[in-house]
Amino acid sequence: MRLSSKDWQTLTFATLALAAAACLPFLTAGYWLTIGVTIAMYTVLSTSWALFSGPTHYISLATAAFFGVGAYVVGYGIEHLPYWSLLVIAGVIGAVMAALVGLTTLRLSGVYFVIFTLGLAEFIRQVITWVQNWTGQKGIYVLTSITEAHIYWQLVGLAALVFLTGWLIGRSRLGFALRIIGDDEEVARHSGIRTARAKILLFMVPGAVGAITGAILAPRYVYIEPILAFTPMLSFQVVIMALLGGTGRLWGPIVGVIPFTLLWEAISASFPNQTTLLLGLSFLVIVYLLPRGFVGLIDDIRARAGREALA
Amino acid sequence: MMKRRTFTTLAAIAVAAAVALPAAAQETLKVGAVAPKTGPLAGGATVTYWPNVQLWVHDVNARGGLDVGGTKYMLEVVEYDDQTNPGQTIQAVQRLVNQDGAQIVLPPYSTGLNLAAAPIYNRFGLPMVTSTATTDKAGELSQQFPNVFFTLGGAQGIVGGVVEAFTALRDRGDIGNKLAMVNVADAFGIELMGQAKPAFEAAGFELVYESSYPLGSQDLSPVMKAAKAAAPDAFIAWSYPPDTFALTEQAIVEDLQVGAFFTAVATAFPGYVGRFGAQAEGVLGIGGVYADGAAFQEYAARHEQVTGAKPDFWASAMVYSSFQVLEQSIEAVGSFDNAAIIQHIKDNAFETVIGTLDFDENNNNTSFWTVGQWQGGVFKGVASTGREGAVEVLPKAGWN
Repeated sequence: MRLSSKDWQTLTFATLALAAAACLPFLTAGYWLTIGVTIAMYTVLSTSWALFSGPTHYISLATAAFFGVGAYVVGYGIEHLPYWSLLVIAGVIGAVMAALVGLTTLRLSGVYFVIFTLGLAEFIRQVITWVQNWTGQKGIYVLTSITEAHIYWQLVGLAALVFLTGWLIGRSRLGFALRIIGDDEEVARHSGIRTARAKILLFMVPGAVGAITGAILAPRYVYIEPILAFTPMLSFQVVIMALLGGTGRLWGPIVGVIPFTLLWEAISASFPNQTTLLLGLSFLVIVYLLPRGFVGLIDDIRARAGREALA
Repeated sequence: MMKRRTFTTLAAIAVAAAVALPAAAQETLKVGAVAPKTGPLAGGATVTYWPNVQLWVHDVNARGGLDVGGTKYMLEVVEYDDQTNPGQTIQAVQRLVNQDGAQIVLPPYSTGLNLAAAPIYNRFGLPMVTSTATTDKAGELSQQFPNVFFTLGGAQGIVGGVVEAFTALRDRGDIGNKLAMVNVADAFGIELMGQAKPAFEAAGFELVYESSYPLGSQDLSPVMKAAKAAAPDAFIAWSYPPDTFALTEQAIVEDLQVGAFFTAVATAFPGYVGRFGAQAEGVLGIGGVYADGAAFQEYAARHEQVTGAKPDFWASAMVYSSFQVLEQSIEAVGSFDNAAIIQHIKDNAFETVIGTLDFDENNNNTSFWTVGQWQGGVFKGVASTGREGAVEVLPKAGWN
């Protein structure tokens, strides 16, 4: 693989940015670190979501399903296996799950996929509950010495992996195939691209990443219960943040995640009794004013600057 | 036109007044509270948690404020909605301590949200007297988080209480041996069912029907029909708020004739008797209080007067009591030294609206109400692990 000087620039910049982000716990152990964990978590989830949904235009609402499975892997395994191995297991299970879901649904057209993924979190929650009910399982506790800073670093590390994966996919034959599929699936199929295989392979990325994120966050929850681990809100937030940022670029979701998290925090802090209402209003404003997300806005500004420079 | 000097004088007076007024008033103290106002647990928090925050702050301020080492502090609440999301609970506690400068942070709501917040309370060294967390793992949890206290008991104690009440009824000849038992297939329901089955078998009961139903089931008539077909002498449902109501409704529709009828969470809510009226008479449920005691009656009257809503007959009084523990400890220590406050909570017993609260070596209050029964429109405690004021359990006499 040969890298151009622009590639080197991008890589250097990304490495510096991640290194800078990793320094946060040294600056603050408090409030901003907690916000940092939220931002890092949604960055990982939204970016991996956009890797699949950006090029294919399939809206996946399965994030909560993968996340919950990851949390339960740690919940069940923490007393038997070392923590690090659980992250790997969670990733594998998430990827396999995504592959199975992909095999059954990705041959269908978009809307069926959306409905199926929305139901998936609920389905898995019911399966886990059924197993617990059958075995008379007691509450699941994850008692570890893992701190907020550890969780944050793990998430930043995972973010680095996600960005690297995205960057590599973008340069690969798979990435090229996906762009064609996104433009016109019919054309892609006629060009000899195995569209279903490409989509399934790509869908395994958010599957694995979602599960690993759930596994990383499990020690923060301490007590794992289905209602909290499989909350459907998570799936929607990830989609909203990714779309706010824009899915056209690898760095798109992150420019959605940061302002959205801060906006949410500001609303929660200032209007604790009207969070849902104000959030809804913000969505309306975002949809009307920023239909292509922040990425679209930035592109527009650049284009205008370019024109002015020419004139 | 106003002369410049007059204006300056007026402005100076205004500024002086603005500065002087708060100084003349008492010191204020920020109290943080975070619990669901939206999301799946908002309903429970609205009945059990939020009114008590309002009432406690009202009560403390009404008696002149919190006395800390001779200085009187008026309490001012900063409330946050955690949207029933543990991440938001943690974030809100951070915000309360770091941004708002809250000196006192009240415990959150529910088992899951309390335990998710335990590490952050622990990191700040805040005393955390939980009032809505049920756990059998107090020992392990207090090892990890020595600042956390438990008051509401766990599944073991509750199951023990129910077995005790049902055994009393059977031994008196009010009910036979045949038991129908169902549970909601979710965390707490599963845990209770898991412990209740062997406990009832050991007590010599025969399980003639057992079943579970998914969380959020709309139609529970098949469950009740099947239970009735097994001709049980007693019925137990380890249920959550919506199904507690739905199962009672179905029992009335099917006219389930049993000598003991037990539904779990929310049976103790004032809304239960509000919905079923006289038909609720004799229904058993989780919780209970010393309903005839002066302490609870005064508390219930104040609760209704200040917040406009009635307290429930289980955790409401415990929520208020946990605030009282904090209040008494801060006043006794006479400073905001959290380590000293936590030690004081460990070392002392506290007189509260629920009665005396005393923590064991696991930071656990081991005497709590387990079973209550609607008797004459009041949900009275009939079994507890060592609380005073239990009344005798009565057989259920028909639905009409």
